[in-house]
Amino acid sequence: MAETMQFDLVSPERSLMSAQVKSVQIPGADGDMTAMPNHAPLITTLRPGVLKVETDKGIEEFVVTGGFAELGESLSVLAERAVPRADVDQATYEAMVDEAQAAYNKTKETFKNDTGPVDDAAKLLADMVAVGTHIGLSPKQPSL
Amino acid sequence: MPNLKDLKNRIASVKSTRKITKAMQMVAAAKLRRAQDAAEMARPYTERFNAVMGALAASVGDSDTAPRLLSGTGKDDVHLLVVLTAERGLCGGFNANIAKLAKQKATELKGKGKTVKILTVGKKGREAMKRDFGNLSVGHIDLSDVKRIGYADAQGIAKDILGRFDADEFDVATIFYAKFVNVVSQTPTAQQIIPATFDAPEEGDATANMLYDYEPDEEAILADLLPRGVATQIFAALLENGASEQGARMSAMDNATRNAGEMIDKLTIEYNRSRQAVITNELIEIISGAEAL
Repeated sequence: MAETMQFDLVSPERSLMSAQVKSVQIPGADGDMTAMPNHAPLITTLRPGVLKVETDKGIEEFVVTGGFAELGESLSVLAERAVPRADVDQATYEAMVDEAQAAYNKTKETFKNDTGPVDDAAKLLADMVAVGTHIGLSPKQPSL
Repeated sequence: MPNLKDLKNRIASVKSTRKITKAMQMVAAAKLRRAQDAAEMARPYTERFNAVMGALAASVGDSDTAPRLLSGTGKDDVHLLVVLTAERGLCGGFNANIAKLAKQKATELKGKGKTVKILTVGKKGREAMKRDFGNLSVGHIDLSDVKRIGYADAQGIAKDILGRFDADEFDVATIFYAKFVNVVSQTPTAQQIIPATFDAPEEGDATANMLYDYEPDEEAILADLLPRGVATQIFAALLENGASEQGARMSAMDNATRNAGEMIDKLTIEYNRSRQAVITNELIEIISGAEAL
């Protein structure tokens, strides 16, 4: 039997999952990574993406919109918002994209001469859009 | 002596008051359970968050490049007091206690020559603060349409506060709310949120000695997490407040129900006595009338 580690997925409103897992694929801000037992301690921020959890019983997936993960002896993912993938339908997804779009528009307005935050927001929006492709929903085109 | 009709009416009115307070108490009890559950569910997030932030903050420490949200603006001239209260009254001293603590703090800060600004969340807090410090109010956030407090509400408040911080409107922000101890006791609490304070991890704590890799680097993470920390703390405070409000209302309504019961007993005795007096009077009149014949 493969080694397992404790995994907790919590959002501010509730705890979504707490189980022994074999590996977790995390959409890190600098790229996806897979965390397995005895991974070196790490803290990373998340980008919008799909969190793939592999347990003994199979694979569970969650769509997360951001947050961070702390990997020590156990793995805790603190997501800003996390939804089981099966619960994400076209409407929920579009609402998420709209949210990112609104945030992007606002950032663009606030920082007219500073490209840094605008680029960040654009990336966030693009990531959010990419999630749609990833989970097989028709992606909503952003206006940048 | 009040006449019988009046007494009867009063008893009827106190009885219907008792019915209302009793119903409110039961509603509050049901809501309290829900509010407590919500607070319970949010706890793991807040705990993990604070643990990670504590470790991060300790490792970045007082370096010159630390984000402003952590190190502050270097001054403490302008204080923002964020007063979180309920939208509704009839909950005992709940709103008044929070407002009192905030007022104390405001007076104290003004005595020291600082500038005080007040942001209120919840109608009752605004009303209470308006009386003494109306001119200091810089804004009000209305949550009366919110049935169930979500993280998004806390984020909205946090965004408002952070916007003001970025615009250099204040140096230090403190939130005021009531911590839920139990149904009969809620402690008004003041908590500084900007600059952020985190409990340093305890010695011997496993996370304290762990050397984390950071991806991206520590400061980028901190810059991302600190605004979230503000929202998280506000969210936790809102949930505590929600539970406290229902707890306070429950015990206030329990008292009211009991008082109404006592009043009904008293009025009933009075009613019976005066009824007896009227009967006695009538008897005397009849008897003395018969004797006169």
